[in-house]
Amino acid sequence: MIPVLLILIPLLTGLISFFIKDDKSVKTWSLLSAIVTLLIAFTAVFSCYPAQLSYDAAWLPTLGSRFALMTDGMGKMLCLLTAVSFPLIFAAIFKNNYKQSSGFYGLMLLSQAGLMGVFTAADALVFYFFWELALIPVYFLCSIWGGEKRIAVTFKFFIYTFLGSLLMLVGILFLYFHTNDHSFALKSFYHIHLSGKQENFIFWLFFIAFAIKMPIFPFHTWQPDAYEQSPTATTMVMSGIMVKMGIFAVVRWLLPVFPNASVQFANIIIILSVIGMIYASLIAIRQDDIKRLIAYSSIAHIGLMCAAIFTQNKTGLEGVMIQMFNHGINVLGLWIVADVIEQKLGTRKFSELGGLAQKAPVLAILLVVMSLANIALPLTNAFIGEFLMFNGLFQYNIWIAAAAGISIILAAVYTLNMIQKVLYGNTVAATENAVEISGNIQLVLVILAITVIVLGVYPQPMMELTKDTVNAILVNH
Amino acid sequence: MSKLVYLVPLFPLLGFLINGLGRKSLSKSMISLIGSGVILASFIVSGMLFFDVKANGASVITLFDFIKADGFQIPFAFQVDQLSSIFLLIITGVGFLIHLYSSAYMHDEEPQHYGRYFAYLNLFVFSMLLLVLGANYVIMFIGWEGVGLCSYLLIGFWFKNNDYNYAAKKAFIMNRIGDLGFLLAVFWLLFRLGTVSYGDVFANVSKLSSFDITGITLLLFVGAMGKSAQIPLYTWLPDAMAGPTPVSALIHAATMVTAGIYMIARSNILYTMAPATQTVVAVIGLSTAILAATIALQQNDIKKVLAYSTVSQLGYMFLGLGVGAYTGAVFHVMTHAFFKALLFLGAGSVIHAMHHEQDIRKMGGLKKYLPITHITFLLACLAIAGIPPFSGFFSKDEILTAAFGKNPLYYIIGVGGALMTAFYMFRLYTLTFLGNFRGTHEQEHHLHESPWQMTFPLIILAILSVFGGFLGIPEVFAKDAHSLEHFLSPIFAGSEKITGEHSHPAASQEYIMMGVSTILIAIMIGIAISRYKKYQLNTDENTGLSKVLEHKWYVDELYDAVIVNPLNAIAGFCKNIIEKSGIDGLVNGVGRLVGYGSRQLRLLQSGQVGNYILIMVLAMVVFVLVWFNDNAIMNFLNKIL
Amino acid sequence: MPIQYYIYLCLTLFSIGIIGVLTRRNAIIVFMCVELMLNAVNLLLVAFSKMHHGVALGSSPTTMVGIEGQIFVFFIMVVAAAEVSVGLAIIVMMYRNTHSVDINFLNRLKN
Repeated sequence: MIPVLLILIPLLTGLISFFIKDDKSVKTWSLLSAIVTLLIAFTAVFSCYPAQLSYDAAWLPTLGSRFALMTDGMGKMLCLLTAVSFPLIFAAIFKNNYKQSSGFYGLMLLSQAGLMGVFTAADALVFYFFWELALIPVYFLCSIWGGEKRIAVTFKFFIYTFLGSLLMLVGILFLYFHTNDHSFALKSFYHIHLSGKQENFIFWLFFIAFAIKMPIFPFHTWQPDAYEQSPTATTMVMSGIMVKMGIFAVVRWLLPVFPNASVQFANIIIILSVIGMIYASLIAIRQDDIKRLIAYSSIAHIGLMCAAIFTQNKTGLEGVMIQMFNHGINVLGLWIVADVIEQKLGTRKFSELGGLAQKAPVLAILLVVMSLANIALPLTNAFIGEFLMFNGLFQYNIWIAAAAGISIILAAVYTLNMIQKVLYGNTVAATENAVEISGNIQLVLVILAITVIVLGVYPQPMMELTKDTVNAILVNH
Repeated sequence: MSKLVYLVPLFPLLGFLINGLGRKSLSKSMISLIGSGVILASFIVSGMLFFDVKANGASVITLFDFIKADGFQIPFAFQVDQLSSIFLLIITGVGFLIHLYSSAYMHDEEPQHYGRYFAYLNLFVFSMLLLVLGANYVIMFIGWEGVGLCSYLLIGFWFKNNDYNYAAKKAFIMNRIGDLGFLLAVFWLLFRLGTVSYGDVFANVSKLSSFDITGITLLLFVGAMGKSAQIPLYTWLPDAMAGPTPVSALIHAATMVTAGIYMIARSNILYTMAPATQTVVAVIGLSTAILAATIALQQNDIKKVLAYSTVSQLGYMFLGLGVGAYTGAVFHVMTHAFFKALLFLGAGSVIHAMHHEQDIRKMGGLKKYLPITHITFLLACLAIAGIPPFSGFFSKDEILTAAFGKNPLYYIIGVGGALMTAFYMFRLYTLTFLGNFRGTHEQEHHLHESPWQMTFPLIILAILSVFGGFLGIPEVFAKDAHSLEHFLSPIFAGSEKITGEHSHPAASQEYIMMGVSTILIAIMIGIAISRYKKYQLNTDENTGLSKVLEHKWYVDELYDAVIVNPLNAIAGFCKNIIEKSGIDGLVNGVGRLVGYGSRQLRLLQSGQVGNYILIMVLAMVVFVLVWFNDNAIMNFLNKIL
Repeated sequence: MPIQYYIYLCLTLFSIGIIGVLTRRNAIIVFMCVELMLNAVNLLLVAFSKMHHGVALGSSPTTMVGIEGQIFVFFIMVVAAAEVSVGLAIIVMMYRNTHSVDINFLNRLKN
């Protein structure tokens, strides 16, 4: 029952909020909804009754598709991430004003419902349905509330991701016809036997869909544009949670369904990911725009996660699990800072920033903490994940691990560049009259910073949460 | 007693939190009291631990499981043994003195920056304590990166100055390069042994192939190169002098930079089993020692001279590690911590008195204005130069004697470096304290001895620099008088077992070596003093070799040309060419192709009814021909046409 | 008369119709050409019908085989008549709007 609530609450409150005309009340309404969802997500994490954690009802019986939901460790963790992120996002943008805010918040909540569905779906058709439900509101959010070039960018983003979705749909249908019992159920998919050729072909249909979503080099070029042009709240959802859809889907739908192909092509994918990591880090070094820098940094981090998945050893996968959560928390913090800077100072260009540490020391400290998490300094949460993932990569191949390690150095270069150009030095025209960030944003960032440290010092609970998924995935092999 | 070990890092952490959060509300005196007090508390606990270890031996205290993954677990555990307890004393002891010194040195800062300074300093001590206390390589790595972070924050403490920020960034990034090596070594250990705890690793060393050991030790050494500023990663350390002077004393001379030596001493068994790595360590250490010493000969910034001197002395320590004289290296870490901290603090006192003038060409004759600083500085110079019976003599001699046992060439080059050390230190001393004052009148008017918070640490450190050497009196002077070696013997027992007894040169030979080198050093000191005593300020450009040395062999420029600029160029190429024109161009190209195609197809819809009909008719003809393409119709058509 | 002659005649008429529709721009002539094509088909239907019917009569004097063709012709004529009225009405309306019966002016849907 819990997964149904996780989907229904944002869905219904989202639909209702379209009809709330008052600006203030729609903000409060959606914040409340997000908090309720968070509480339910907590019960999911701490629930001791397995029966509560899954749901199964007839949906399209003629097709053999059931409305089946389940939450394993990975699902719980990502639901928790989604549930934690939304209240923080809503709180952080509480003082921002959007035109037609009822629509804005309604679409955000719909997207949340879609995300929850993706992370709990145990039926391919349901999965596909929620996959699209999560994406479509984002297209609207980006094209209505985005920046100057929003139309062109959204168009590209839409075509790109939609192409991926359709490829996946083709793959799903193909698999559906090859199940023994003609069903879309996850379990039936896990027991499909395909010939080698079929498996290889369908594997790529799925992988390209997920690779576009993650995104993996060279399918990434929609992302910096989309992140840059979207309203930052949407970017937070996209970069904090939606990219996890791709990673989640690889773990849930790709590895167990195509065990042979995922071993056979692991090499190519890992090498692509590592190239992407270094490539994105290099580009990040030369960025002059804070949002694009974070976007490229995110591509680099996702590349590492993708590579670690395909090493298919437990250490790497455990790292991916914990890093999915941690990366969400960390980029959320960075995006909030980027949003504050853009809203307050009217520019995102490093060349027009500087000296913010004198004007807003609290912001400076919190940005530094977030940046340190971004470069995976020990005792921040990201270190645990990266340590395990690099460890997995090392077990796979020492040279690839060493090459990927270069990105650790490059990450320090671009992140410190950012800190230096935004915070240090003397104030410039844009930052001359800057003031300290407001209370709600301080609160959000402090919560994030504490999460960063706590999970960095004591990661064990989070690792226990996802252990079952890791074991299940690798047992299937 | 050793159960209380967590208190040692806990105190500085509390100090960090209190000073960090309360930097706006607390008064300056409160901040300095808390900041120094927590370190003093740590020092007291460390002292108790030291005696505990002396009485009861080593112990490992596990606090909680840090990472428990498939196949391995990494506990958050502390190891209190002879090696770590010595480092604890150095860190907290010297650390406390420097905190005390800072409370006066930094007094001109605004309260919130004053609080920030002490918070960073406490955080540094916390990280450094983690580094030496950790019972496995991962906890060590936490401290390892933590001290790098604090060093970054403190070098860039005056963040309005962008040059300082660049120096800070450079330090962090160079350290990161080393850290990658360290991290890879940790992965390698985990991969082969499934553990990184010192006890388990050292007990299972025999399971590693010699290739593994060589690889692991080399990678660990890359980490040490970064942290301890060895060739090729040393250039950050001199630039790190951008930070406040007490920071240079604590981080960039006495403690953090010795982390690499601590790490190798800790892993001495691995290194002893990898002779190839040992040779690399020794050669790189020796080259660094010489290179840095030559550069120090021509530097004019008081802190830069000391910085290069630090790099050079670290080189000696690595030489010691490379030739297997682990005790000697640790001994030198200790004495070096005393006299180099003293030198930096003395320099700080001078800079304080000179109103932030750091160019020694504009000083001179400070002897009569700063008597305490002068005396302590002189003692430190004698110690670092290696004049007996000051502390530097004993530690350096131990390293050089061991190097002689390994390869006489090491010894000869090492002594050459030591002569240069004596020369540049006394050049520095003479230019600063002797001769006439060469600064402005206003500066001269304001010259004054520093307050007691600054002179007290100087005096304590001077005493330690003078007498610290007696902890390690060499065998030839007195049997079994080397109390440090005796104390540390459990740590290095494994290595001793492998290498066997050190081949000591004969007693007479050792006496001759000591005597000759001491006399040479004394001559060098004489030359330096006589040459620079009558120094007059001139601004002529140096030429020839001096110019090259003044420009530090152009290594920074070389790195810029070979690494930084190409990297930037590649990054720019990726961003502008590959990304924009290449990948995104391809993606947009597909889009444009579709757009072009549909624009062309659109022309078919001309709106001319005739065209439509023509197309329709043609299509019908084709359709008929294709669809009814069976023999009956063809025959029929053939027949009728 | 052999059936070929009818076929040749019908082909000729039909082709004239097609060419007329394709080349002429006057709506009325186009319209007449359409009629011409219809009638070519009618003629062919009648001719074939007659041929099949004649062959069938040889075996059975009362047979109705082959008569459907002629029935179709009637249908076509009726439909064509209706079409003429609608078509002419369109042409009249077109003339009212554009003061021309040139079909090349009928390209408003293009943009």
